[in-house]
Amino acid sequence: MRAIREAVTGIRRAPALTVLTVMAIGLSVFTLGLFGLTAHNIDVALSDVERRVEVVAYLRDDASEELIEIARHEIESYPEVESARYVSKVEALYEASRELTEFSDVYSDLEVNPLPASLEISLRPDFRTPDDVEAVADRLSGYHFVEEARYGREWVDRIYSLRRVAGGAAIILGLSFAIGAALLIGIAVRMSVLARAREISIMQTIGATDAYVRRPFLVEGLVTGLGGGLLALGLTWATYLTVERTLLSLAWLPDLWIAGGLAFAGLLGMLAASGAVRRELRRLDAY
Amino acid sequence: MVRLRSVTKSFGGAEPAVQDVSFHLRKGEFAFLTGASGAGKTTILKLIHMLQRPTSGEVRVSRYSSNRIKRRDLPDLRRRVGYIFQDFRLLENLTAEENVAFALEVTGVPRSRIGPRVQKLLGQVGLAARARALPRELSGGEQQRVAVARALANDPLVLLADEPTGNLDDRASLGVLSLFQRINASGTSVLMATHDAELIRRHGDVRVIELEQGRLVFDSVGESET
Repeated sequence: MRAIREAVTGIRRAPALTVLTVMAIGLSVFTLGLFGLTAHNIDVALSDVERRVEVVAYLRDDASEELIEIARHEIESYPEVESARYVSKVEALYEASRELTEFSDVYSDLEVNPLPASLEISLRPDFRTPDDVEAVADRLSGYHFVEEARYGREWVDRIYSLRRVAGGAAIILGLSFAIGAALLIGIAVRMSVLARAREISIMQTIGATDAYVRRPFLVEGLVTGLGGGLLALGLTWATYLTVERTLLSLAWLPDLWIAGGLAFAGLLGMLAASGAVRRELRRLDAY
Repeated sequence: MVRLRSVTKSFGGAEPAVQDVSFHLRKGEFAFLTGASGAGKTTILKLIHMLQRPTSGEVRVSRYSSNRIKRRDLPDLRRRVGYIFQDFRLLENLTAEENVAFALEVTGVPRSRIGPRVQKLLGQVGLAARARALPRELSGGEQQRVAVARALANDPLVLLADEPTGNLDDRASLGVLSLFQRINASGTSVLMATHDAELIRRHGDVRVIELEQGRLVFDSVGESET
């Protein structure tokens, strides 16, 4: 309780400094927020593309529908498979004429339907790697009534390598931004602690323990960190709205990321305060 | 009470700030620590308050030795050794009574006991009527009295005062000095650093320890008794 009271008093005593610290933390976490927003939207876009990764097994014309239905159930039980949809020859022709409208006349004039029936297999999110897709295609090829299993190998390979590059860049850039934010928060909190060095030295002189001196600064660090985090959240939200309304459609950050960002800012504020006070106490004291 | 044995403190310069100083301040004793600016007076006080660690030798305060004290014991030591600065070192945003209360709060005194104790301390230094004043509303002498009340808050065994009259006029200086004498009369040892020769001359009965370029050159108690 005393620590909270003292922290509030500390903030009240130097409101301008507190506002400056919150702004410094807010701006540094804002860069992280912008990065998060970009990374999340790249992730959403890639996931959208990946969702279209599927294996199509073209079936022989002589395959019986009962056999295909049994196989479809079996295929759906594969761990990699999300769903398996049977597309009959008639449906294939109908979809082709609908999707390729410029050839609709050609399709309607056909005497024999040249399109084969197929099984369209979509994969679970964790099994959309080139190896998994190839493994599923190979297994499908094992059915005697499957003429051919296709999945657009080149396309899957490209999406996968793009995902890996984006993931690696996200980790490196995210860490860089996080370290940058941590350093800026450290500097801002250290300035705030230095501004109160006199108070710390007085406390030390009159016999306050290190823990007693440190506690209000920890609470203050947490409050300013969270304040900075909320400011960053507001700035990121404003940026998101501006881009969403003027440039392109964006996805907002997941709740877990927001909670993580706020916890990161609060924790960094607290750690920076703890480190700064500790350094100051050691500087003032030879023991 | 306070004993220095062959204490040397060097900050890396050509000459140590304090060199081979030994003396013993007994319980209930009053002494002036004198010498020109840069003679090592403040360093001696900081060594006793254990804000500085001696380069060699030993400082003993009550049961604590500079050679063995742990960091966690420093707060207890500092509650037993009051320290008064020339520039008062009051918290500017706290009133006189809050500044004194602060010294009790940091040592964990229950809140119910802080109020009466603060009133008593401010009464003792003659500032009961100015309890609600902020430091900037007080004269130099009054601010120093608040600092004294704060230093006395935890009933120290010894009071260290670093040029406490340096920023005060003659009248205020005499007031602060007479306050120290009253405190001393109640059993608290006092070691007061000053370069004010006139002040020392007026109190000829008080022990004088004189430093020159970091060395102890005179002790009116005499070598045999240190």
